[in-house]
Amino acid sequence: MDKRKKTNYVSVMTLMIFFAIITTFPYYWTLKTSLEVSSNVYKFPPDIIPNPATFKNYTVVWNQLGLVRYYLNSILLTSVGVVVNVFLAAMAAYPLARFNFYGKKIVFFLILLPLMLPFQGGLIVNYLTLRNMHLLNTYTGVILPLAVSAFGIFLFRQAYLGIPKDFEDAARIDGAGEFYIWLRIMTPLISPTISAFAILQAITWWDIFLWPLIVLSDSQKYPLAVALMYLNSTFQTNFKYTAAGMILATLPLIIAFLFMQRFFIKGLTAGGVKY
Amino acid sequence: MAKNFHRGLRIKQTIIAYIFLAIPAIILGIFTYYPMILGVVLSFFRYDFINPMKMVGFSNYAKVFGNWQFLNAMKNSFLYLLVVPPLQLLSIIMAILVNRQMKGINVFRTLYFIPVITSMTVVALSWNWMFAQKGILNYILMGLHFTSQPIGWLTDPKIALFSIMFVTMWKGLGYYMMIYLAGLQSIPFNLIEAAMIDGAKPAQVFWKITLPLLKPYAMFCSVVSTIAALNVFTEIYVMTGGGPYHSTETMGVLIYEKAFENLKFGYSSALAVILSLVLIVATMMNLKFFKEGGVQSYYG
Repeated sequence: MDKRKKTNYVSVMTLMIFFAIITTFPYYWTLKTSLEVSSNVYKFPPDIIPNPATFKNYTVVWNQLGLVRYYLNSILLTSVGVVVNVFLAAMAAYPLARFNFYGKKIVFFLILLPLMLPFQGGLIVNYLTLRNMHLLNTYTGVILPLAVSAFGIFLFRQAYLGIPKDFEDAARIDGAGEFYIWLRIMTPLISPTISAFAILQAITWWDIFLWPLIVLSDSQKYPLAVALMYLNSTFQTNFKYTAAGMILATLPLIIAFLFMQRFFIKGLTAGGVKY
Repeated sequence: MAKNFHRGLRIKQTIIAYIFLAIPAIILGIFTYYPMILGVVLSFFRYDFINPMKMVGFSNYAKVFGNWQFLNAMKNSFLYLLVVPPLQLLSIIMAILVNRQMKGINVFRTLYFIPVITSMTVVALSWNWMFAQKGILNYILMGLHFTSQPIGWLTDPKIALFSIMFVTMWKGLGYYMMIYLAGLQSIPFNLIEAAMIDGAKPAQVFWKITLPLLKPYAMFCSVVSTIAALNVFTEIYVMTGGGPYHSTETMGVLIYEKAFENLKFGYSSALAVILSLVLIVATMMNLKFFKEGGVQSYYG
């Protein structure tokens, strides 16, 4: 019995380490490349450990190649995108959970509809709409079509539904306005759901690629994920710079993940069956 | 009297509700519902930005169906569905592996999860280097004498699509693992305990209790990964741009190329409508496959 347990442990461990090597190796390889001195990444046979190692590529990509600019772009886009999405989803979800109004069922169905019908024509039509509104090549144009998340509304509605009615009634008797009740009393009560959704949105906006690629024509406005591809095609022979940029682009989310693992996982699995 | 009072209250609530809903509804209307309708309308027109829109009836669709590029993209998109079964199987295995009390188990969960939060651009670029002719992958395989010639992971039209599929899988594993892990942890332990007391073997417990209870989770993962596979774009766009010789050109890539590179908005809309129909059918087939639960347990 004991022996069986031991072999079991060894095989589980082996399998887990095997998967871990597969998931982490590309990061190691990128990190290694980013520390190289020689610009020939395809040296054959390759060095497994960079020798000699240097951080110079990081300063080059940050200052000379202007990664700092794309970094700031991404920070701006992510913070506005998250705040707008949380605010609007909470605003739309609130009456759906707490009010008994005419047309509620239809409104709720309409909000769920885009979740059930994955329509692919949106990119084209939204591009044309933004063009007519003269919002192409602006961050407003990037954010606006993605400002209201049907999934977020759904998530927040479920959360608002769970609040006992007493909270609302007490505030109403005290003469608080509806907007005040929503923003200052009810919304703080669903903060765990809000942080989960905010984190999910932060990942989405930090990693966003296709839509800004379409809307933004000025490469100076690119967010990180688009800029990296742009940098890679501009400095095709200097992979070590792109590699340094990739590490810098990935670092914030990995650090955030290490600190907020619990919320991250809640956010990403929130779409699962629990709700 | 009381009835009137309730009615008055309801009217008041209705007004307030729509004030709350107004801004989100306008944005959803313009950027979600309007595209659904206009996208279909546009597919019956010819439009290129420069010349005025011209109604062409079904001609975009007629053009699509005889077109080799469309058939090729459709074939590649369907081929891409091959990622779904191994992705689900491997992520279930990983979830079972990390669903145990053990020192350092969080380290493994984190390591498996990091690809999920990494942007697809970063993932695609780093795999591009590893897949290169003189990249590390060929170096290892040649060093182990699996092959004497370097493999053209992304340059051989027969292999390229499968290489990208591997990357999609690599990035997605951690996400589905987490969902299955949530599923495994929602199974009440006394259920398993009771079966054990009744003399069930671990394998029986797995097949008869664990797996059936994971079904709603498997349905969710299957629907989501099917839609993602049929929609695949970024990894292909970054890694091969659809080449070599259109061998990795999927519907997502073709729609983008026709609209934003060739400015054929009507034609591209027709492609989008067709892909949407495929997605709807695929989703329904998924739900039917998992039968009970249906949309109800998926969304509410």
